[in-house]
Amino acid sequence: MTNPDTKTERYESAGEPVDEPLVQIRDLVYCRGERTIFDGMDINIARGKLTAIMGPSGTGKTTLLRLIGGQLRPDAGTVHVDGQSVPELGYRPLYELRKRMGMLFQNGALLTDLNVFDNVAFPLREHTQLNETMIRDLVLMKLHAVGLRGARDLMPSELSGGMARRVALARAIALDPMMIMYDEPFTGQDPISMGVLVSLLRTLTDALGLTSVVVSHDVQESLSIADYVYVISAGKVVEHGSPDDLRQSQSSWVQQFIQGKRDGPVPFHFPATDYADDLFGGGS
Amino acid sequence: MLDQLQKLGATALGVAERLGRGHLFLWHVLGGFPALLPRFGMVITQLFSVGVLSLLIIAVSGLFVGMVLALQGYNTLVDFGATESLGVMVALALVRELGPVVGGLLFAGRAGSALTAEIGLMKATEQLSAMEMMAVDPLHRVVAPRFMAGILAMPLLAAIFSALGVIGGYFVAVGLLGVDEGAFWSQMQAKVDLYEDILNGVIKSIVFGFVVTWIAVFEGYDAVPTSEGVSRATTNTVVHGSLAVLGLDFILTALMFG
Repeated sequence: MTNPDTKTERYESAGEPVDEPLVQIRDLVYCRGERTIFDGMDINIARGKLTAIMGPSGTGKTTLLRLIGGQLRPDAGTVHVDGQSVPELGYRPLYELRKRMGMLFQNGALLTDLNVFDNVAFPLREHTQLNETMIRDLVLMKLHAVGLRGARDLMPSELSGGMARRVALARAIALDPMMIMYDEPFTGQDPISMGVLVSLLRTLTDALGLTSVVVSHDVQESLSIADYVYVISAGKVVEHGSPDDLRQSQSSWVQQFIQGKRDGPVPFHFPATDYADDLFGGGS
Repeated sequence: MLDQLQKLGATALGVAERLGRGHLFLWHVLGGFPALLPRFGMVITQLFSVGVLSLLIIAVSGLFVGMVLALQGYNTLVDFGATESLGVMVALALVRELGPVVGGLLFAGRAGSALTAEIGLMKATEQLSAMEMMAVDPLHRVVAPRFMAGILAMPLLAAIFSALGVIGGYFVAVGLLGVDEGAFWSQMQAKVDLYEDILNGVIKSIVFGFVVTWIAVFEGYDAVPTSEGVSRATTNTVVHGSLAVLGLDFILTALMFG
């Protein structure tokens, strides 16, 4: 299996310099109350690539994105984005960094009092001095890229879940960021919307030269578009490599996860007392 | 016994921690006020939803409170042959107390609860998080305009409450009970002082507007992002906002008129 750290080597065999990873996470520890979410996790996100982070529900995938975006602070370890230590950034440098990051939330998180056009225009109006004509052109270009130029006057309540995510995607690329983080982009989508989103993620990553981080437990969709995959569970990286590496993994846990097997190292039944005893014991 | 003490201590610590967070929140929101001046349109938009949409309940309540005051006051004053003082009594009661206090209570119920629910739902649907990730501070972009609108709207609403109360009192006193119109207005004009009565009432309403709006926006921002959490935060706004208005009214009245 490919070690992701090999991708951080400064030089390829041909002597060409290789960029440092855009995101470097080292020895990450994060606890919520008594529960340890991450316990010494190391992750590299390569520049210009689409990296998928997969794992069962409740393993902290969304929390990981919030740690990268500086919305949460780790209890230990480091999170570097483009060479800057995110937890140590002050208010202004953090907001400056976020201008170069986009995030697509699970439900789109569109501003409900603004229509589609104004939602996409929102970051442009907040962060640039562009005139309205220029903003209009940029918004229409971004909406065209996600296929929703004709929906510009709709309100968020009039959009389907898939359309809302595409509008949110147009908003996320409005400022031409260096990186976009996608939080469960495929959850709850019908097959057509799912296909559209899968294709969009790959196309935008390639066309705009973006670094994409996709957090998902939709295995087949993620493996079909990712350049590199991390599988996390119980606060640690349990496997990482290219999608092909993962498919050939010797780990029975990984095989159960990617094939969606009912039983395996992760048992179907939550730990409990004996079934017959429970039924006929008559106890509490 | 020890358990009870432990619970009491934990509750006290929780309250102190929340008060601390509330003050830090206030400090951060006030820091966003200067940036609102070149974009005052955002405040105007919020003034509409906080102020204009509260007008109906404020106007109707003011009118009826003034009418009831005149009826009750007449029954007392008539025994002393002092019905000409009815206008003064109605005006002073409204301007000094009922305008700011009842206006504040209604403001907490109508506008405060709406502010909390709106901000709480924005939090629950991750709109605030999305703004943060777009490098837009929600405390400055969402909370600050609503806060400023609340502070500006409350004195205006209290003034409208008092004005309509006086008009309601006039209809009942002069139209229904036959009090002399000239005495009603002239005594009011002579006895109601601009600084002593009206200005103190305005100060009260500004303080109530500040505190109620602070409670409302903080409860919304601090709400647990679930439907139950938003519901609880909305209830907290009405209860805490109303109690704050009543408690502060006593303190301010003691300072101003005591």
